[in-house]
Amino acid sequence: MTSEPMSGAEIIIKALVDQGVEVVFGYPGGAVLPIYDALFKQNQLRHILVRHEQGAVHAAEGYARSTGKVGVVLVTSGPGATNAVTGLTDALMDSVPVVCLTGQVPTHLIGNDAFQECDTTGITRPCTKHNYLVKDKTRLAKTLHEAFYVARSGRPGPVVVDIPKDIQFAECPYVGPSNVKHKTYRPQVKGDRRKIEQAVELISKARRPVIYGGGGIINSGPKASKLFTRFVKMTGAPTTLTLMGLGALPASDERFLGMVGMHGTYEANLAMHDCDVMICVAARFDDRVTGRLDAFAPHAKKIHIDIDPTSINKNVAVDIGIVGDVASVLEEMIGIWKTEKKSVDKKAVAAWWKKIDRWRARNCLKFKTDDKLIKPQQAIKRLYELTRDRDVFISTEVGQHQMWAAQHFRFEKPNRWMTSGGLGTMGYGLPAAIGVQLAHPDALVVDIAGEASVMMNIQELGTAVQYRLPVKLFIINNEYMGMVRQWQELLHGGRYSESYSAALPDFVKLAESFGATGLRATKPDELDDVIKTMIETDGMVIADIAVDPKENCFPMIPSGAAHNEILLGPEDEAEKPVSEDGMVLV
Amino acid sequence: MSDIERHTIAVLVDNEPGVLARVIGLFSGRGYNIESLTVSAVSKDEAVSRITIVTTGTPMIIEQIKAQLDRLVPVHNVHDLTIEGAHIEREVALVKVVANGPERRESLRIADIFGATVSDTTIESFVFSLTGKPEKINSFIELMRSLGKTEIARSGVVGIARGAKAL
Repeated sequence: MTSEPMSGAEIIIKALVDQGVEVVFGYPGGAVLPIYDALFKQNQLRHILVRHEQGAVHAAEGYARSTGKVGVVLVTSGPGATNAVTGLTDALMDSVPVVCLTGQVPTHLIGNDAFQECDTTGITRPCTKHNYLVKDKTRLAKTLHEAFYVARSGRPGPVVVDIPKDIQFAECPYVGPSNVKHKTYRPQVKGDRRKIEQAVELISKARRPVIYGGGGIINSGPKASKLFTRFVKMTGAPTTLTLMGLGALPASDERFLGMVGMHGTYEANLAMHDCDVMICVAARFDDRVTGRLDAFAPHAKKIHIDIDPTSINKNVAVDIGIVGDVASVLEEMIGIWKTEKKSVDKKAVAAWWKKIDRWRARNCLKFKTDDKLIKPQQAIKRLYELTRDRDVFISTEVGQHQMWAAQHFRFEKPNRWMTSGGLGTMGYGLPAAIGVQLAHPDALVVDIAGEASVMMNIQELGTAVQYRLPVKLFIINNEYMGMVRQWQELLHGGRYSESYSAALPDFVKLAESFGATGLRATKPDELDDVIKTMIETDGMVIADIAVDPKENCFPMIPSGAAHNEILLGPEDEAEKPVSEDGMVLV
Repeated sequence: MSDIERHTIAVLVDNEPGVLARVIGLFSGRGYNIESLTVSAVSKDEAVSRITIVTTGTPMIIEQIKAQLDRLVPVHNVHDLTIEGAHIEREVALVKVVANGPERRESLRIADIFGATVSDTTIESFVFSLTGKPEKINSFIELMRSLGKTEIARSGVVGIARGAKAL
């Protein structure tokens, strides 16, 4: 079905509306003026003006991760596009569906080093799932629909559509989304039945099973988390989640061992090390999870379910690799388990649980409180405890506070936890929280931040205030780039090379200067009041929590070490120095 | 397990701008080897191109390379000619040899043995053109190098499966 000719800019608006888009995060500029003019003349799309294009992409990511919809970004050519690159890479690493429209100089100027020209498709090729340069006006609508299809299908990811300015003016009939079928891109959704049967058989014979779930469960949608929870209950297997997978299984489930990996729990990591069957569900054996590869789960047969064939056998060779959507595969596994009346070796699994309970009894996340100083873990724990009765959405920046948040904030539902896992982008949390708040206007949205990270995109305070978004910025302020400092202590003789936060702003005054509310806690007995006031105060709030500057994040598996070489606290550190091979790893 | 293998992979792609850059960027970005790479449109309407890549790696890396290629959006399909049954590989070389006297006569004699044709000649040089398996071309070039100053242009490998089955 084609319509009357419309301008390219109008086609863009119509295509976005037809794709169900409600919010666009963007920043205007010369090469997107026709699109901004078309935005001005309509009221179906809401445009959120960010303060930096990186913030636009992170906000779109927060929006996408908390809703399951595609996040949309609109930026200009040249610096608009290059500023978006970090966000796009972040979305690629964490498989977040984002469509980013970039303006481009008119087609006849491409390649001439025109003002604000850059090779956007060239620059973004390795940091997007796919990208397009639209040089033919008749392909504009089709390309936009394709971009949404590619962004949300299979393993989701960011897609860039680069649109020269003359194409935005050119008139052409519109093509609707139903008329667009992709020629080549058809990700496999259904898993191989034979392999699924083999996997069920292997699980039923396991004596020490472990389920290891990842962010793909969240990406697949709420149904996948429900099925995953059912699968965990059905097998009774101890279950751990990656940083990106938190919320896929309710944290209150007794089978949940806590997070796995470098700063995961003692019980989760030792269970991964000692298991005889590992069921990896939509995770990707990241180096932060596996630790030293040749000592990773040495006794385990491994099953891996993933929608992306490249994830299977990439870092860890597995025994059964099932390519497919996790919801579809889990549904089949549960079906087979039931019809064949499978059951685990109950006696062996009970003995396995006994062993795990001994590890659990170490209480690896314990920390010592202090009369004078707020402990960072304590701040996050209290935030969790004082917000338990609400549906809370948490975003984070990157560093120690992020790991403490992952350890001490417990998620009962998927899509409540927004963090930069793969790329580890400092400055992610505040714009992501803005995106989350737009999608969930009445929810409590908190960015658990570090004072150093948040400075990287602090300008987005302006965005939050402009749109009256009641985002709560909860700064764990230790006046250090804490994770850098922790590594310098571990690996570089405690020489704190450039890892301290000097000349910090007064965050209370900073909040006030933006028209937000600023709060501060410096002593343990002030903490609860500040948290409560933060929650009860309307609008954007910054809570600056001055914490013990020297606290380090444990447990920790140093780089190059195996899961069973986990350090539980500073006293372990001295006994187990990091190997030379480990030093070179990041 | 970690033995390095050499594989010839045929990739059918949409003939669109940037598709070759995507493939090459994948190899450089992920640290894979390219021994040779050729590309040309192959469908009647020129909408589909065939890329032939010769690469080396451990079996796990080769498996990754194929999965990574297959994941690219404009890729139709990926075929590992090395493991998918018998196949033919050919390469074209243009070899310029600058030589006089007995060396010049010897180069012509060797070219005859290899079935190379003379594509250009001057009093002091030949340009031979030779088609064959890469190994054959390697040995021809080696012999020519011993006879005089040489300049080499090679097409890179193209490959196709034997038999009636088409990709």
